[in-house]
Amino acid sequence: MFSFVIRRVALLIPIFFGVTLVSFGFIRMLPGDPVAALAGERDMTPERHAEMMARLGLDKPAWEQYFDYVWKLLHGDFGTSVLTNRPVLDEFLELFPATLELGMAAMLLAIIIGLPIGIFAAIKRGTIYDQGIMGLSLIGYSMPIFWWGLLLIILFGGIWGLTPISGRISYLFDVETVTGFLLIDTLLSGEEGAFASAVHHMILPTIVLGTIPLAIIARQTRSAMLEVLSEDYVRTARAKGLSPLRVYGLHALRNAMITVITVIGLQVGTLMAGAILTETIFSWPGIGKWIIFSVFSRDYYAVQGGLVLIAMIIMSVNLVVDLLYGLINPRIMHTNS
Amino acid sequence: MSLLEIRNLCVDFETVSGSFRAVDGVDLDIRETDILSIVGESGSGKSVSMLAVMGLLPWTAKITADKMEFEGHNLLTISNKARRNIIGRDIAMIFQEPMSSLNPCFTVGFQIAETLKQHLHLDRKARRKRTIELLDLVGIPAPEERIRAFPHQLSGGMCQRIMIAMAIACYPKLLIADEPTTALDVTIQAQIIDLLVNLQNETGMALVLITHDMGVVAETAKRVIVMYAGQQVEQQEVEGLFNSPRHPYTNALLNALPERSLDLDRLPTIEGVVPGAGDRPDGCLFSPRCKFVQDDCRANIPPLKSTGVNALRCFHPVDPGNLGI
Repeated sequence: MFSFVIRRVALLIPIFFGVTLVSFGFIRMLPGDPVAALAGERDMTPERHAEMMARLGLDKPAWEQYFDYVWKLLHGDFGTSVLTNRPVLDEFLELFPATLELGMAAMLLAIIIGLPIGIFAAIKRGTIYDQGIMGLSLIGYSMPIFWWGLLLIILFGGIWGLTPISGRISYLFDVETVTGFLLIDTLLSGEEGAFASAVHHMILPTIVLGTIPLAIIARQTRSAMLEVLSEDYVRTARAKGLSPLRVYGLHALRNAMITVITVIGLQVGTLMAGAILTETIFSWPGIGKWIIFSVFSRDYYAVQGGLVLIAMIIMSVNLVVDLLYGLINPRIMHTNS
Repeated sequence: MSLLEIRNLCVDFETVSGSFRAVDGVDLDIRETDILSIVGESGSGKSVSMLAVMGLLPWTAKITADKMEFEGHNLLTISNKARRNIIGRDIAMIFQEPMSSLNPCFTVGFQIAETLKQHLHLDRKARRKRTIELLDLVGIPAPEERIRAFPHQLSGGMCQRIMIAMAIACYPKLLIADEPTTALDVTIQAQIIDLLVNLQNETGMALVLITHDMGVVAETAKRVIVMYAGQQVEQQEVEGLFNSPRHPYTNALLNALPERSLDLDRLPTIEGVVPGAGDRPDGCLFSPRCKFVQDDCRANIPPLKSTGVNALRCFHPVDPGNLGI
């Protein structure tokens, strides 16, 4: 078990350096620079521009900048935002709860609906239920997030007027930030209606962000279950006279979960990518919106620090997923130790 | 009284290219403490007919019968819930591939105890005690430790012992063993068959042994049913079958045993192949391969004629004096 964990962690090192290289390189490939972006339409003399760049340390050769960046990272310094002059880590941690809250809600929606309908489709294989579920999930999977978001805003927010269309909570409430998770903070504040307002604001973004993971989980659960249902041990379970709930829900699902867990883990990456679009559409004050804004303002340090933080989160989730396999499937644990 | 009584069991599978009859008119009587063997080639409908009894066939299978009763329960009309009370408890089954028949995600102890919980409603302590007792009974050393083992940590023979322990956990009246030794080493095969026969002797349960190994049949069974292409062609007591087979197919099968052809240059074979879904002959299904075939065999389907425990589906049975060797 111990060596298994060590090997998984060791694998993360080259990935970490890859991420630093990509985040460092790509933002610099974009035309413009932070100083020009700050200046905007105003005139700026080349001397003034050069002076500002030098003050930010952006006049040094690229390799030196990269070396500085990685050196600081290794010492836990994620850089300082050009725009706000605050540590990137502080900004990130301030905004991350909003993204995490939305992401968890979306994931919960995807699992709670995706898993059962995937199982149901597998059991009812080839019937109209199966075809219906698979058809819908294909549509959900293929839906561009920005279009799906705008469509729901028009329908639910505009035409039917059922839900708010942007922000995390109504402007009527001023909730003190304790945990950063608004659902918890509103409850702590004790303000009447604040929690309901926060939930109300979450509905549309959750649906939009959760749709693709939901579709993927449903499809993967179905195919994993189909594979498992034809296994001999499922027949054995039925031959014991066990109830369908136990045969499908325990004997088959436990085996199917090995592949489904992987897929769920991989969705964290999809969620992060989806968060960037969803947060922009719904003005959700999370890191997705922040990264986009940082890219527009060519805030090199915010982008390269933020991307590394996101990558680290995704890598940790994948590590946890790898360890979870072992708990679900004893064969993996035994062959590795 | 019969434990299991089957009359004219047919199983049809709906396929894209139409319906395919896998089991065609099987009659079966199993009394308490019986040991019945069903022999036949792959695809002759041995397993399918027993899976029909267990209700384990996929929904594409259509099961019809004049009668299919277990201890007075009509298995054709029984509700799923009532059937689940019978299978696993009164009728248990073990399968061909022991390694893949056990769930890789659960310990063997859990999988045996699960049956005890389902049918006997034993509490945790009693389940553990009985599980250890069962493992001991099927000859697994150090049962207290083995209950925590996962199937992948055990050999094929061990896994089949676990399957047997699981099957006999609730004192079944009938145990169906579907080619229990096919996937195992020859030395282990004998041990497993011995174990099954010993357990049958001790508990008095009826045993149905599906196999294509004539040696196993000769050593264990009291009665034998021979199946060919989904049809039952002959049924006899084991001595009678080996000494004077009546159906040309049984006769040809026995002639093909290596130990019966020691003084021949070549091992006798049965020419041709079992008819598939598309090329079934009009008359007797064995007629294209039969040495004794006559015109009426090709034109008409011979009925299954029963005389006491014996049954035969043939117009021109083999004369016991002339076995055609």
